[in-house]
Amino acid sequence: MIQDGAAELFKDLGEIDSGQFEHYEPEEEMILNMGPQHPSTHGVLNFIVFTDGEVIRKAVPDIGYLHRSIEKIGETVTWPGFMPYTDRVDYVAAMTANEGYAMAVEKLMGLAVPKRAHYCRAIASELGRIASHMIALGAIAMDIGAVTPFLWCIGHRERINDLLEELCGARLTFNYVRIGGVSWDLPDGYAAKTNKFLDEFIGSLYEFQNLISNNPIFVERLRNVAIVTRDEAIDYNLVGPNLRASGVDWDLRRDMPYSIYPELTFRVPVGQGWAGTVGDSYDRFYLRFLEIQESAFMVRQCLLQMEPGEIMAKVPRNLKPPAGEAYARVEAARGDMGYYVVSDGGPIAYRVRARTGSFAAMGMIEAKSRGLMVADLVAFIASLDVVAPEIDR
Amino acid sequence: MGPKDVFETLKARFADAAEWKEGHAGEPYAIVDAGKIVEVARFLKETHGLLFDCLSNLTGVDLVKLKLDRIAVVYHLFSYSQRHSFVMKVHLDRTAPTVSTLSGVWRAAAYMEREVFDLLGVKFEGHPDLRRILLPEDWVGYPLRKDYTEEATYQGIPTTRPNPLELIPLGMAEEIKNA
Repeated sequence: MIQDGAAELFKDLGEIDSGQFEHYEPEEEMILNMGPQHPSTHGVLNFIVFTDGEVIRKAVPDIGYLHRSIEKIGETVTWPGFMPYTDRVDYVAAMTANEGYAMAVEKLMGLAVPKRAHYCRAIASELGRIASHMIALGAIAMDIGAVTPFLWCIGHRERINDLLEELCGARLTFNYVRIGGVSWDLPDGYAAKTNKFLDEFIGSLYEFQNLISNNPIFVERLRNVAIVTRDEAIDYNLVGPNLRASGVDWDLRRDMPYSIYPELTFRVPVGQGWAGTVGDSYDRFYLRFLEIQESAFMVRQCLLQMEPGEIMAKVPRNLKPPAGEAYARVEAARGDMGYYVVSDGGPIAYRVRARTGSFAAMGMIEAKSRGLMVADLVAFIASLDVVAPEIDR
Repeated sequence: MGPKDVFETLKARFADAAEWKEGHAGEPYAIVDAGKIVEVARFLKETHGLLFDCLSNLTGVDLVKLKLDRIAVVYHLFSYSQRHSFVMKVHLDRTAPTVSTLSGVWRAAAYMEREVFDLLGVKFEGHPDLRRILLPEDWVGYPLRKDYTEEATYQGIPTTRPNPLELIPLGMAEEIKNA
């Protein structure tokens, strides 16, 4: 059927044969494969998108391209031997993944970790969180079409990688945390170097603020897009920054304290609807920006508070945790990461399970994508900050 | 509320369907009758004072090497409003493990149940979309079962590869050196 306006427009052309428009089917559904090599899917990840024109009917995630059977490998290597594999669970923020696994085994063994090791872990984890959030912020901007902020972020992340390399020798897959402590103490002059970096980094954040956070075009692309309500976030088991952006005031570091976090002072940013509605994509973006500053503050406190001491507990060379099971949760850069370990009393784990935030976030894409524009789906996925290795493991 | 108190509340409602297990090490848990899992889950989610609004983790363990011919499905529950957690398990028959889905209670369950189906072969009755998720759809077997043996080939592709050092014929290394 031709609309009235169109009929008005075409009236000079004489009688319109409506038959010529019959082939056009406005309800036609198109199936679009977004991925697995799409640049904005953060790794090898496919979305089968059912669209009606520009509007998405549903987007079905097709995952598993990066499945490396890490949980199966966990059943074949020794308890400490699994630690390098946890790096690969989330290679953008490997420190917290290390820490989660170590905490699960320590819980099973009832092992007390020396205080200085806790400080080392906290420093490494928080620096890792800043690095990971830098990637997240830059990637959100890049997915939407701004390349410069990503390079700005990568530049700062490189300097954090330098610091972490000095700590443990690796730049990406750290393998720094050990069951019962950490592998190396801080090198000489580390505090001064780290503080110098933090001074310059925090001092330059206004550049990012001017460049992107307050950029009207950028804000317009993210505000009120893909709003996740508080109840939805909990029901779909969203964690970490995504959960807090939906208005849930919850942070494991503060509310289920582990490691050294009870002795640190920090705020937990919660989504306020900074540009539009609570739980929209802009909240998820801006919350990470605020978290970076808290993490930097935590690193400074750790460097100030820590005292000389042991960095490893007494752990037997041939590690055999008693038969039983434990579930440890750690606040990773992508939120609550859980390790569930089962021991039969032997030197090899009976079962290792890594529960990750990105996997849970994938579960809500299909339901939440309905009615989004294709370009907004990109913004939505980017703002959830999923990384494919964490989804597929 | 501690896990023991949660269990007592549960026990008062479902007397025969729940059993308390104190592990040797680590965390205690409750074993729940598989037939009652949906009612138990609803009770835990909706009862005043329990309010487990979040299914934090769902996974499976093949118990055959722990001298128990069962597959366990493990549910880690958490409550944001009450700030307590609880672990419950169902034990299923290994030959045909089947349990009702909890995706109607917590929507997060749908994806994690697909993963357990994929890797351990547990069928979740009433699941809206029970397909393999991490492995290809035509994969044979369930890798996280303790008696799993990998097929020699997958679609004509060998699943093992020879030692690369053995690929070089004897004497060839010498020839390369002398060339």
